[in-house]
Amino acid sequence: MALGGILTVAANLIWLERRLLALWQDRYGPNRVGPFGLFQTIADAIKMFLKEDWIPPFADKAVFVLAPCIINATALLSFAVIPFAPGVQVMDLGAGLLFLLAMSSLGVYSVTLAGWASNNKYALLGGLRASAQMLSYEVYMSLSLMGVVLMAGSLNLSEIVKAQEGMWFCIPQCVGMALFFIAGIAETHRLPFDLPEAEAELVAGFHSEYSSMKFGMFFIGEYIGITLISALTALLYFGGWSGPLFGLSENLAPFVQFGWFALKTFILIGFFILLRASMPRPRYDQLIEFGWKAMLPLSLLNLLVTGAVVLALE
Amino acid sequence: MLSILRSIWLVFLHAFARRETIQYPDEMPYSPPRWRGRIILSRDPDGEERCVACNLCAVACPVACISLQATEDESGRRYPDFFRINFSRCIFCGYCEEACPTYAIQLTTDFEMGEFKRTNLVYEKEDLLISGSGKYPGYNFYRQAGLAIGGKGKGEADCEEPPIDVHSLMP
Repeated sequence: MALGGILTVAANLIWLERRLLALWQDRYGPNRVGPFGLFQTIADAIKMFLKEDWIPPFADKAVFVLAPCIINATALLSFAVIPFAPGVQVMDLGAGLLFLLAMSSLGVYSVTLAGWASNNKYALLGGLRASAQMLSYEVYMSLSLMGVVLMAGSLNLSEIVKAQEGMWFCIPQCVGMALFFIAGIAETHRLPFDLPEAEAELVAGFHSEYSSMKFGMFFIGEYIGITLISALTALLYFGGWSGPLFGLSENLAPFVQFGWFALKTFILIGFFILLRASMPRPRYDQLIEFGWKAMLPLSLLNLLVTGAVVLALE
Repeated sequence: MLSILRSIWLVFLHAFARRETIQYPDEMPYSPPRWRGRIILSRDPDGEERCVACNLCAVACPVACISLQATEDESGRRYPDFFRINFSRCIFCGYCEEACPTYAIQLTTDFEMGEFKRTNLVYEKEDLLISGSGKYPGYNFYRQAGLAIGGKGKGEADCEEPPIDVHSLMP
């Protein structure tokens, strides 16, 4: 059920993104298919299924087919440890956060292998960029999270949410949050960090050679990634499911808590889309330089200060 | 850094701005009265065809999409036997309207001319003729021109004096 729910949300994010982008550009976006254009995703999916599923003769076939599966598998697996409400999760891992980071790191294989297997210059360039970008942003993505881990004293996501009952971590860890969110954008290679698929220079980057539903899987994988990073930010910095319960009984409480979690996640997804609407794409060397020279020292500093404060308070 | 946050904020404020889109099939866009759209043939106030089949529009047309054949009725009025505009070639330049001496051919504000078949874009005279006088109400070429036709002799047009018999002007 969780799987189906996430896939539906990810698919409808395509509609949401187009509507929100249109809103911020003073347009309407897709509003013809169904109420408010809600069935646009279904129409797109039907179109995509009916397209020719073409594998170029020069491609490495096995890897070419495998690549889009990886991004979906890793992104969906990451959701296994996300607690949607207290106790509502697929598995309650003690080191849930580590599992998440491991899974999102595996996602880089998808993009790199896709670029490699396509046997195409642009795709290869896109894949190379993706691997370099994701590796360098991975480093401080996990480092920026360590501040939260230090404060909560646990790698378990439910424990981290429970530790935020007094105050959401977005206040003491505001630097860490900004760092994590920026790393998250780079990790899902969304605008303004969508260098791997920069359509102005690389045609479509790593998925230039993909068509039909294989392209669709990259597309969906990207949106699952956005949902994942948003859900993670909500969990780690905005108190996850915590919020006013309006004095509801024990049985109804999880629904309201899930509602709070979903609301926070969707606001963050909206912010992802707002960034796409407002930011230009940096040059590639600027991106890598920013990662290593600005973000990495900042995250180390954040970790150092957090550690010192936690020690001093003990 | 601050400029980045500022631009994010300014883009967000566009959520409350008016949308520029005109929802076309539901809501018609405004087209100015001089819009050069679908070509029509108008009639004079008496309901007769204004076109006198002078061929000037066909000559002025840069893409040669107008073809017509002149003929004459029993009262001596010229009119087109057939009048054909191929709208798949027409570039809506409006030269035909400028060339027309009788205000017969006029461009209208209508632009909805989509067709599934190319041949449907060839308009014949009955497709082009409208019942009214278009942009120039009250104008009647044969009431202004000096040409004699059945029912109107020489010198009987508006603003015209009767012809002078030169033999009666002897000093």
